Formats: sequence, C-alpha cells, structure tokens
Amino acid sequence: MRIPLIIFALIALAAILVPPFLPWGHAIIDWDIVRGGLFEGGHILGTDDLGRDRLARLLVGTRTTLSVAFAAAIVALIIGTIWGATAGWIGGRTDEVMMRIVDGLYALPFMFVVILLMVVFGRSIFLVFLGIGAVEWLTMARVVRGQVLSLKQRPFVLAAEAAGSSEPATLIRHILPNVAGVAIAYLMLTVPQVVMVESFLSFLGLGVQEPLTSLGILVNEGAAEMDLRPASLLLPGAMLAAIIICLTLAGEKYRDILAKAASR
Amino acid sequence: MGRLIFRRLLTAIPTLLAIITLSFLLMRVAPGGPFDGERPLAPETRAALEAAYGLDKSLPEQMMLYIGNMLTGDFGPSLVYRDFTVTQLVAQSLPISLMLGGLALLLASFLGISAGLLAALKAGKWQDQTIMLGATLLTALPTFVTGPLLALIFGLWLRWLPVSGQNDGISWLILPVISLALPVSGAISKLARAGLAEILGQDHIRAARARGIAPLTLLRRHALRPALVPVASYLGPAAAGLLTGAVIIETVFSLPGLGRYFVQGALNRDYPLVLGVVTLYAALIITFNLLADLIYGWLDPRMREG
Repeated sequence: MRIPLIIFALIALAAILVPPFLPWGHAIIDWDIVRGGLFEGGHILGTDDLGRDRLARLLVGTRTTLSVAFAAAIVALIIGTIWGATAGWIGGRTDEVMMRIVDGLYALPFMFVVILLMVVFGRSIFLVFLGIGAVEWLTMARVVRGQVLSLKQRPFVLAAEAAGSSEPATLIRHILPNVAGVAIAYLMLTVPQVVMVESFLSFLGLGVQEPLTSLGILVNEGAAEMDLRPASLLLPGAMLAAIIICLTLAGEKYRDILAKAASR
Repeated sequence: MGRLIFRRLLTAIPTLLAIITLSFLLMRVAPGGPFDGERPLAPETRAALEAAYGLDKSLPEQMMLYIGNMLTGDFGPSLVYRDFTVTQLVAQSLPISLMLGGLALLLASFLGISAGLLAALKAGKWQDQTIMLGATLLTALPTFVTGPLLALIFGLWLRWLPVSGQNDGISWLILPVISLALPVSGAISKLARAGLAEILGQDHIRAARARGIAPLTLLRRHALRPALVPVASYLGPAAAGLLTGAVIIETVFSLPGLGRYFVQGALNRDYPLVLGVVTLYAALIITFNLLADLIYGWLDPRMREG
C-alpha cells in the first residue's frame, strides 16, 4: 500500500507545485518553436503543434484531472453517505425503497447519462464533476448502508441508546465515525473511477475544454500524432495509468485491511 | 424461473420509459436548437422547419408521438445527417458494434475465466500473484490508452494489422476486439478466481477430494458451475462496459459503429440520433441483465425460484 501511495503523492505534488515555476504556461504559444524536440529552446519535453510547452501541458493536465476526480469523488461521498446512512438507519420499508432506487440506477447506462448532461447543459468543468459525482455515489451508498445496518446492532450503540443518547447524537457520535474508515477506502476506489470517466469524456471532446487541458485531451492529441511522436501518446497515457493503478492498489489494500480487522 | 423473468420484464419496461422520458426532456430543455446557425433563419423558414420535424407541438404531444413512432421502429429523421433517418443510421451501424461487442465478450470471457481458474487452483503461488496483478493492471488501463497503444505497436511499428477502417477480411477486427476485451477480461478473471477459491474451500469439495476424485473431474463436475456464478452476475455491467468501450474504440479505429454516431450526434446536438442511440443502449443493457439472470439460474438452481 505504501509504494503506490508514495508514487501517487509524488505525481500529485509535481502537478500542483511545479507548473508555477515553469517558464511557460500550458496555454502559452511559443511562436519560435513549434513541434520542438526535447530541450529545444528551454522546453524540457519540447512543444506541440501549436508551440505549447509539453511539460507544462502534461502537469497542468494531470492537475485538472486530479482536481476534477477529487471534487467528484467528494460529491459522490456526500450523496452516498447521506443516502446510505439514512436507508440503513431508518430501515424497514424506507430502506427497501431507497435501495431499490439504487438498484434501478445501477441498471442505467451511466456514461450516456453523463454525456447527455454534457450535451444539454454545455461543457463546463463544474458540470463535469457534478455529473460524474451524481452517478458515482451508488456503490458508496450501498457500502455505507451495509455498515450502518451492522453497527446499529452492536452493543456500544445499544448502550448509547440505553444511556439516553438522542437519535441524531447516536448517529453522529457513534455510527458515522465508525463508517468513516470504510467510506475512505471506497473514496480511494472512487477517485480512479472518476479519473477514467473524466478522461473518457475529455478524450471524446465532451469533457474539459480548451484552453484548459486534461489527461484525456492529451491522450487524444497524442493518439493523433503517435506515428510521428510516440512519446506524446505514451507520456499522458502512462501518467493516467499510473494514477489509476496506484490509487486502485492502495484502495483495495486498505479495504482488505479494514475487512480483516472487522472480521476479527 | 418463468416468474423471475416476468418480474424482470415488468421492471424493465418502466426503466426504459424513465430513460426515454429523461433523455427526451433533457434534450428539449437544452439551450440552443438544431437550427441555430451562424446566420439567423427567416422566421417563416424556421417555422416550416419546426413544423416538418414536429417541434411546434407541445412537449407531452411530442413525446407521445415519439414513443408511438418508436414502437413502430421509427426513431425520426437525423438532424445532421440529412436524408437519413435515425433508424437507417442505426441499422447500418448496429451490426458493426454488435460484432465488436460480441467478439470482445467471448474473448474476454475465455481469457478471463481461464486465467481466473488457473489463479484459484494455484492460490497463493507466483502464478496466482502474477495473474492477479495482471488483472488489476488490465482493468486499470482505459481503452483510450490501450487502443492507440496497440495500434501504434502492431499497426504502425510492426505493420501486422490495419489501424483504421474496415477491409474485406477480418484483420480489421483484431485490434479493436482485443483492446475492447482486455479490461473486461481482467475483471472477469478476478471474479472467476474469487468464485472458485470460495467453492474449493467448501465441505462438499473437500469431501469429494477425500474420496479420491481426480482434480480435473472434480473441477468439471462439482466446482465449475457454482464458481462461475459471480462471473454471470457481472455480465450486465460487462455489457455496459463494452458498450461504452465501443464508443472509444470505434472513434480510435475509425469504425462506423453505433458509438461513433453517438459521439458525433452528441457533439452536433443531433437530438433524435442521440435519443435513439441512448434508448437502444438502455434496451441492450437491460437485455443483457436479463440474460445474466437466465445464466445465473442455470448455474445455481436455488436462484430459479426467486
């Protein structure tokens, strides 16, 4: 779990801290050097068709992808936790109806719903993450509900109730802190999912729009010129893969550790 | 079993209707219409166009009309591909997408199940760890990275296979199908491994093994069917994954499939086209979920009562 997290942290730090110190912004055109090679005119990774610095674009693209992913994952976390905790806590008929809705939504073709949203409301970055967050909360809701259901029967919760703790107090003070671990594990697993959805949309031209850039856009641009410059496909592709793989491995590991701790 | 299917169908119809209504309404509240061009149209031209496409009626009327027409297989005219109806475009492109998706599903099931079973039989050994790491990597790599990458290696560098469009043979299918199948095969192998590993630990298997039944017979007769239950339950999501993957793959390899028309339609605000394709996608996914239930029932007789 440690190595993937360290790699991910390095990528994230580079994406956040390095761009301000680069001599070129991601959308600034260097008219003197178009399609420049490595280190040409101070561009470490060269420049693209329009003379924009490739290193700046790669790092800013990573930053955009990561910020959209985290924002969307947090939207998913909030909706999922509220929905799941409500269903699990109230139980009975309410629980059944709420979970049926989740089941029903699972059957929808997500990607197409998000694309529909993009088509209809225009392609703004705000909508990208709101849309993605709104469809990625389902698993979170299921997990949180399961956790709340089992916690409800645990002696310490019953004891709190017997001691006269009010319902909201029990929920906030005793149930939610114990849900947090599992919720964080699934948050870690939601982020790579969202990274995929965002880059999928951007790759097709339906997500993040120029002059802002994201890894999906860079992969698309790279695929168009891969016969001439394979690196322009390979670098953003590798960056994307590294982010997804590191977070998935770390999230799965963390989830397994929690599951083991719970079964003991 | 019959009752289960009936109940599924009963929930499928409202789901489908909900999707149609939702996408229909979304398309209509969208700012900007299909006739908003660089130059504003003369009011009478605009009115004539709207009347021709039925856009002058009230929303509920338009919707009833749309659903009624859809039942007879008429999805309306495409707004961008003039002279074509959506039905014609779909009829042209659906076979390509179905062939891609079907072949990819077969390939993914074959690769995924064999790798997963092997991993479960060698649980804890290096084969298991290698396969599972490979499966994680495959599921993590998005098709829009693997697709161009495979095209680069096998198409441009090695020149073994064509990288775009169709040809008379079958060679044009190989790269798209493989790139489409890889992530699904990773997910399937994980499920197959988990399924078999759980079954192998159960009492009836240990008893059978103690009676001296040969490992292969044991696998074929007792363990395989229940082990594949998790895989069957993944069939619905897998179909959805293949459909979304096909959107990318058709774009990457320039194949005139359903997904490519969907993306073009979305970029061009071709409402009837997008609406028709979404409805079709939803119907396909629901069908696959139903199919998954049938296979489920066959694998696990306890499910048939449901």
